[in-house]
Amino acid sequence: MAPIDTGDTAFVLLSASLVLFMTPGLALFYGGMVRAKNVLSTIMQSVFAAGVITVVWVLAGYTLAFGSATGPLGGFIGGLEHLGFSGILGQVTGTIPTGAFAIYQCMFAVITPALITGAFAERMKFRAWALLSVLWVLVVYAPVAHWVWGGGWMAAMGVKDFAGGIVVHATSGAAALVAAIMLGRRLGHGTSEIAPHNLTMTLLGAGILWFGWFGFNAGSALAANEQAVSAFIATHVAAAAGMLAWLAAERYHSGRATTLGAATGAVAGLATVTPASGFVTPLSALLIGTVAGVVCYGAVLLKNRFGYDDSLDVVGVHGVGGVLGSLMIALLAAKSVGGVSGLIEGNTSLVIPQLVGVTVAVAYSLTATWAILKVIDLTVGLRVDEDIEISGLDLAEHAEVGYSL
Amino acid sequence: MTEFNTGDTAFMLVCSALVLFMTPGLALFYAGMVRKKNVLSTTMQSFFAMGLVSVLWALVGYTIAFGSADGPMGKFIGTFDKVLLKGVALGASGVEGHLYPESVFAMFQGMFAIITVGLITGAIAERMKFKAYVIFAAIWVLVVYSPLAHWVWGGGWLGMAGLGALDFAGGTVVHIASAAAALAAAIVLGRRKDYGSAAVQPHNLPMTILGAGILWFGWFGFNAGSELAADGVAGSAFMVTHLAAAAGMLGWLIAETIQHGKPTSLGAASGAVAGLVAITPASGFVDAGPGLLIGLAAGVACYFGVQLKNKFKLDDALDVVGIHGVGGTLGALLTGVFASKAINSLGADGSFAQLGKQALGVAVAWVFSFVVSFIVLKIIDATIGVRVDAEAEETGLDLFDHAETGYVL
Amino acid sequence: MKKIEAIIKPHKLDEVKEALNALGVAGMTVTDVRGYGRQKGHTEIYRGAEYTVDFVPKVKIEIVVDDDIADAAEHAILMTARTEKIGDGKIFTYDCAGAIRIRTGERGPEAL
Repeated sequence: MAPIDTGDTAFVLLSASLVLFMTPGLALFYGGMVRAKNVLSTIMQSVFAAGVITVVWVLAGYTLAFGSATGPLGGFIGGLEHLGFSGILGQVTGTIPTGAFAIYQCMFAVITPALITGAFAERMKFRAWALLSVLWVLVVYAPVAHWVWGGGWMAAMGVKDFAGGIVVHATSGAAALVAAIMLGRRLGHGTSEIAPHNLTMTLLGAGILWFGWFGFNAGSALAANEQAVSAFIATHVAAAAGMLAWLAAERYHSGRATTLGAATGAVAGLATVTPASGFVTPLSALLIGTVAGVVCYGAVLLKNRFGYDDSLDVVGVHGVGGVLGSLMIALLAAKSVGGVSGLIEGNTSLVIPQLVGVTVAVAYSLTATWAILKVIDLTVGLRVDEDIEISGLDLAEHAEVGYSL
Repeated sequence: MTEFNTGDTAFMLVCSALVLFMTPGLALFYAGMVRKKNVLSTTMQSFFAMGLVSVLWALVGYTIAFGSADGPMGKFIGTFDKVLLKGVALGASGVEGHLYPESVFAMFQGMFAIITVGLITGAIAERMKFKAYVIFAAIWVLVVYSPLAHWVWGGGWLGMAGLGALDFAGGTVVHIASAAAALAAAIVLGRRKDYGSAAVQPHNLPMTILGAGILWFGWFGFNAGSELAADGVAGSAFMVTHLAAAAGMLGWLIAETIQHGKPTSLGAASGAVAGLVAITPASGFVDAGPGLLIGLAAGVACYFGVQLKNKFKLDDALDVVGIHGVGGTLGALLTGVFASKAINSLGADGSFAQLGKQALGVAVAWVFSFVVSFIVLKIIDATIGVRVDAEAEETGLDLFDHAETGYVL
Repeated sequence: MKKIEAIIKPHKLDEVKEALNALGVAGMTVTDVRGYGRQKGHTEIYRGAEYTVDFVPKVKIEIVVDDDIADAAEHAILMTARTEKIGDGKIFTYDCAGAIRIRTGERGPEAL
């Protein structure tokens, strides 16, 4: 058995904590953007994922994603030998205990479905969300994680995704698009003002996300090594550039630099650099962040044109960012950083795998999410009644109110 | 290729993340203290620094601060050998014998530059134009922060490579520099319209206390990480950081209770921050007992320090001078008294000679930052103006500068 | 007795309060309100989408005074709340039929 490195293990365990902390961060990020009557229901959707997905991950999710990739189905789904986290303790993955790897990956499975919740904020039944989160992790997240990271068919064809541009952001962005369309628009969307109720909360959430994202990206090296350092730098630089670029675009387009724009631009930069973070130089990360800030700003304006109500812009920020970042690897990958070259170093071999990986993951998530939502709609129903939507989900779904000031 | 120490690397990466997280913490700490019509503008000033300063740092800030100190000007400004972080990213040799690439060090130091700019914003709250702030922040980090960091930490004339003033984690570079800039800004901007009236009260103290909690949390990365390795000195710095924060809170609350009869929650938050500020230069050089004493002294001194602004009728809105200026100065001086080579063999023992060096470091940081900040602000004022007009100040900066509203409850 | 209800700009509250105190007005009730008159609202921007917010934040002051100082009180509010810009607000005056101090049961002007 390979020796365990204490530095690497400490790093991955702390990174796991950082990634877990992103989920309450996301809850605040989203919670501030809805109306006061729905603040708890929105926060609850993310926080609940930390509970339910952890259990699902231990029982079956981990083995579906990271179980053995051998056998006829091995390219598509992991073997079942790690049901209930069995056969993990005492094992070593790289230079860290396999348990550290398994719990680190658990945190990714928690936040990915939580990202989707921004699309259907303020109108989805809690029961429907509870079902969706469990089914989605088993049917969409775990298989795609297996394809890319678990030795599945995408890994075999050389698809690169350092920390989850395809596995996390593209899949959740695609699911968000389906969910936004299937649930329909919020009452009053487009006609009355539906403005954020507490933007400081959103900024705090964005700050926590930025902080936690270091664990998300740098931790994905699974060791405190040079690639972790590169990923850390790329993450920070892209977040900063994403913020500045978004604000510049916003200032040019609407005349003001807004605080919500600063928060969103940073998250766009972070989401976009995620797949590329372990493969690109700091200057490439600067470029990725800049492009992300501008492109994602343009993308969130699209929903108004097409008329779907992706309430908190999961598609525009995570979907578009994840796809964009995954494709930019093929352009910007530097051999000195992650061992593979992109087009700028004259290597064309990443183009096809990245295109295929992104396209298939998005198509699969769109289809599977649609099927899951259909089943839920036919059984418990997706959307709350009109009177509940008007009075707010906090009281009707959770019997609580957010503020008594 | 560097041989890696995974423990040091892991520690420094996590410390960098912690220091970054202090800036949103600071945003909340400050934003809770302003009126609700300015909550977003205050938050934004700190938050925006995370974007602006990070990019500037990568482009030129780092090389000004930590570029080579060789050559005729090398003691005063880093040479431009590391523009765009050239050569620091990969495969470079470790800094000062630590076993990780220089890029880790560059990131860690970049987080310091961000929060130092953020600290100044407490003095300009509720009245500075966002555009003027952006220009000021960009200039300040390059002409004040980066050179000063070079003098003290980058092998320049003032620090351990020069005259020997000790500053472990930023008493002069961070706290005095930001406080002197805050003083200049408070003078150039003038008082808020409602200054001194009951109308100017904190609007959300739990937010401020959460911010203080995040600062305390992140400060472990700030101070212990400044050892640049997970070793005994880092352990010592971590310990005294915690002790000083606790003692600072108690010192402030005791002074407050004696003077006004009641300990306040804002006092608890401010006292903890005062203790953290004062221990910043001393951590890594002093033992537990002096750590407690420095924290306690800072709590009391800063409690009275924040009352000075009323004497001078100066609107240092959120007490940057009173807490970071007074605390930073006190801590830097007491480092000269309590420093011990038994704690850190690279440091010095407390003595009159060391106290003199510390006083010089303090004076240089105050004068340099104040003068340059004052000139920069005057120039900005003469061109685009630093202050919003009276109507915008009444409406609130959130709506005026950002077209947003903080709360719709 | 007269009841005076004034809708004013929030930042004028302190000045109005002091002016009324100087006249001997012993108490007042203040409410944060939103509304609009001739002053139209403002524009807010969230991720590129512009919203027009019609309702502007104001403060509503309610006082009840003896008839002999009602005019002076009205005038005091008028002079202190005025900025001569749109959105300064309105003053409404009503006859007040009765007043009772709950603690003592006193009635009429003594209850004010």
